[in-house]
Amino acid sequence: MKADKAVEDVGESAKVAGGVTFEWLRQAEDASLLTTPARPTATDHGDSSFSVIEEFNYWRMQPDLAEAVAAIKALTAVIRRSQASTMMGLEIELKNASEALKAWDETSIPLSAGCDLFLRYVTRTTALEYEDIRAGKARLIERGERFGEISQKARRTIAMLGQDFILNGSTILTHGFSRVVLNLLKLAASNGKHFNVICTEGRPDNTGAKVAIELLAAGIPVTLILDSGVGYMMEKVDMLLVGAEGVVESGGIINYIGTFQSALVARSMNKPVYVAAESYKFARLYPLEQRDLGPSPCHVEFVEPVPEDAKVENTARDYTPPNYLTLLFTDLGVLTPSAVSDELIQLYL
Amino acid sequence: MDSRRRAPVIGPKVRQVGFVTPNADSPGEGVMEKEAGNLTTNSPTPVTIAPTRPVIEIPHSLKADPVAVPSPSHRRGNEVDIPSAPTASYNPNDSVLDGSSLPSSKGGSTINDVYGSLVSESVAESSPLGRPTGSTVGAFAERVKQKTSDSAIGSAVIDGGVASGKPGKGSKANNRGIPALSSSDAKSSEAPADGSKPLKERTSKAERRAKQEADRAAKLAGKGTGGGAGGDPNAQTKNSKGKKDNAPEKKSVQAPEKKGSDKSSENQKKKEVPAPRLQFDDKERVAKSKRRSLVEQTETKNRVELFRHLPQFVYGTQLPSLEAKFFQDDAMHPHPAVYQVGLQYLTGDIVGGNARCVAMLMALRSMIIDYETPPEKTLVRDLVTRTNNHVNFLITCRPLSISMGNAIRLLKAKIAKLDPSLPEAEAKASLIADIDTFMLEKIVFADKEIVKHAVTKIRDGDVVLTHGYSSVVEMILVRAKEMGKKFRVVVIDSRPKLEGRRLLRSLLSKDIHCTYTHTNAVPYIMQEVTRVFLGAASVLANGTVYARVGTACVAMVAHSCGVPVMICCETYKFHERVQLDSITSNELGDPDALVKVAGRKESALEGWADNEHLQLLNLTYDATPADYVSMIITELGMVPPTSVPVILREYRKEPAV
Repeated sequence: MKADKAVEDVGESAKVAGGVTFEWLRQAEDASLLTTPARPTATDHGDSSFSVIEEFNYWRMQPDLAEAVAAIKALTAVIRRSQASTMMGLEIELKNASEALKAWDETSIPLSAGCDLFLRYVTRTTALEYEDIRAGKARLIERGERFGEISQKARRTIAMLGQDFILNGSTILTHGFSRVVLNLLKLAASNGKHFNVICTEGRPDNTGAKVAIELLAAGIPVTLILDSGVGYMMEKVDMLLVGAEGVVESGGIINYIGTFQSALVARSMNKPVYVAAESYKFARLYPLEQRDLGPSPCHVEFVEPVPEDAKVENTARDYTPPNYLTLLFTDLGVLTPSAVSDELIQLYL
Repeated sequence: MDSRRRAPVIGPKVRQVGFVTPNADSPGEGVMEKEAGNLTTNSPTPVTIAPTRPVIEIPHSLKADPVAVPSPSHRRGNEVDIPSAPTASYNPNDSVLDGSSLPSSKGGSTINDVYGSLVSESVAESSPLGRPTGSTVGAFAERVKQKTSDSAIGSAVIDGGVASGKPGKGSKANNRGIPALSSSDAKSSEAPADGSKPLKERTSKAERRAKQEADRAAKLAGKGTGGGAGGDPNAQTKNSKGKKDNAPEKKSVQAPEKKGSDKSSENQKKKEVPAPRLQFDDKERVAKSKRRSLVEQTETKNRVELFRHLPQFVYGTQLPSLEAKFFQDDAMHPHPAVYQVGLQYLTGDIVGGNARCVAMLMALRSMIIDYETPPEKTLVRDLVTRTNNHVNFLITCRPLSISMGNAIRLLKAKIAKLDPSLPEAEAKASLIADIDTFMLEKIVFADKEIVKHAVTKIRDGDVVLTHGYSSVVEMILVRAKEMGKKFRVVVIDSRPKLEGRRLLRSLLSKDIHCTYTHTNAVPYIMQEVTRVFLGAASVLANGTVYARVGTACVAMVAHSCGVPVMICCETYKFHERVQLDSITSNELGDPDALVKVAGRKESALEGWADNEHLQLLNLTYDATPADYVSMIITELGMVPPTSVPVILREYRKEPAV
């Protein structure tokens, strides 16, 4: 398919170029430029930190945009409004904006991953850029705007790569709500594959119901189970397919709570565990234990009222170590967990 | 094969005493120059007479042959000072490198003899020949040819001579210009096979080679180079002062060896992978390397079979001989700073990957500062040779650690890349700056970065376990304490080195709460532990961690208890080789160290050497598989063990560029 070829080409050019290329940016270059609604910039740039967050929120509300991409778009806006006279000055402004964004929502991994990624890209570019500031800025803005495409394009690539792993007549277990995974399943179905999906209820966010609605609309049979029913159903399942909020350096993933447990069961019963994640989710974190993740509390509603003195542990996500994962479908290709570090090193070091 | 043979042939190394007096550095230079086809630098490059081997008795007349002998005046001025052991007095059979006998029996005089002879100054002085002239060489070549035709033996000798020509260079450790022991040996690895061939076969090869040599000699006659050398094997054998000619074994190994060294300089660019190490169960090469070494060493008795490929010498015998030579300052002896560092390695005053590497680099730095290019030599080649000699010396004191090996490779690469037209002072300044930058970036700053990353992994309430003494781990724990984290440390120690006590002392002085125990208690204590921090001597390409013996046990127990294991290692210690077990490459320590137990007057193992059924094994390193390692903390960040090849690929490109 064309997209496949494009992916291969990009891959090759990346290798040829010495491994430092930002592959998915090149993919974005191929993609058509989406017309994004112009954001009226009403502010004096002196107030940039505040406006960054506004921008970010604005972009986040776009339905199909991932958080990381929203962050990147917000930072692009910072560049546009910046009045720095040197590239270094621009970089410093961006750093401050990025810090502000991260501080605003400390628990969001995609947000910080996206910020880091963009900053890294900027640093790389400015290092090579000897032209005057205007040209440099223009280039950065252009790149930043293309990031929006990346979200779409990456998901398309992942869907293409991942659907090959879905065989006719298979049963797929999924957990959590991930647009990437949904894209993948929908594409497979539209290519004529017959399979059925089991999805967990996904308390406390009730992700199961949301997933079921989407899948049924695409004509895929869905079964809903309790979160605690994963062990029971695992023998009927052929694979576990999840998305990721973040992919860490060791190759493990951070995802909706319950992913680790499902992966554990799948591994012990020799079922493959596949993760679908875009490359901008790769983060430079290296958790060793669950405790190493920052806190990310979510609101849990218990049907029975909870007694006063009982404590409630309501973390919203967990960490799945790489040895429980089989493969990751990313827009850089189908990777093993150990290859994630490879990509990160090439990108960041 | 042929191409290999041809390369070295050009410059037979002057080995011995015999007559040629190679210019102090000419042998090495000679070889390299020959490769480059530049044979004019040292006029006298003479007839390298490969000393070794030839067992054949050479008619005495040959000794006085006016074969090209480089005039001693070309060597350093102090040549004349060398105690001249009269040629006649040296008996090759008394070679110190005769493995079985203890050096002490020969006494220091032997060493002097050896060195004296090596220098061949005495011989050179007595030789009527001055600079070898083209005609002389040609004449010699003729003679060689005749000899060849005369008898099979002669040709065999020649073969030995020719073959040894190359190595001749090697054997002249004293004469300097010896290529690094291990690398050249590695290269000459093909050679050993030759030694076992029957005489007949060798003869034919010898004939061919002699012919080659003669041809070349004739060609080079005009240049005054010792092409014909094959070194007069006869002369050489005679002059077995040639040291260590104890070789009844013909060493065709030598030729390849020299080729190896030639190749090494040629292939420096291609070769980022270090050559395999000398395998000590190969008798020929061991004998050869012994011949070259500056220090006498005897092998211990009762060696463990499984580890025969690793060197093991009786400890303590090197010191007297080293001390005697300390103040001899001439071309063949290492710079005093290097000597000092070598002695410190020997006695165990300097231990640890970083410490040893830094000490060595500082010593080499002093050597470079004091270095003066000898006349008619290029700084680049001579300095590489000189560095090789020094490194060989350090190897005899204690085998190189991987960190040292990497640093040396880098240094040699930097020297090789120097612009030859640069004036000496600038070249030296540039090298010194490079060394300083290396130490600063790869060691000092790298350690700071590692500490920065690692302290984020220590939380309040942690129980941190560590093994032995690692400079980086010490820094991490001290820094974490400074940052106010509340944690306690368990220090695991192991005999016989008991290095953990050093760490313990240092941590206690910073008021860190410590628990101290030995390796046998690790499974028990692991239940309380939340983190394990370990240092490493190196991390290999497949993620295997090569560290002090005992580390693998600790990592394995930690893994089975679900405790994350963090290895802290700078990237300059990473190595491209792959090791699957702790046997293929290791370092054998002094077995006698196992005998003494602190606090006991008598040991149960006294007199172990007399018992033929008892062997003591004192390993220094072991290999921890990558599965037991959770992460490796480097100055580039925290990476999983599977990413080591990526780092090697991305960050080691530099030297080649």
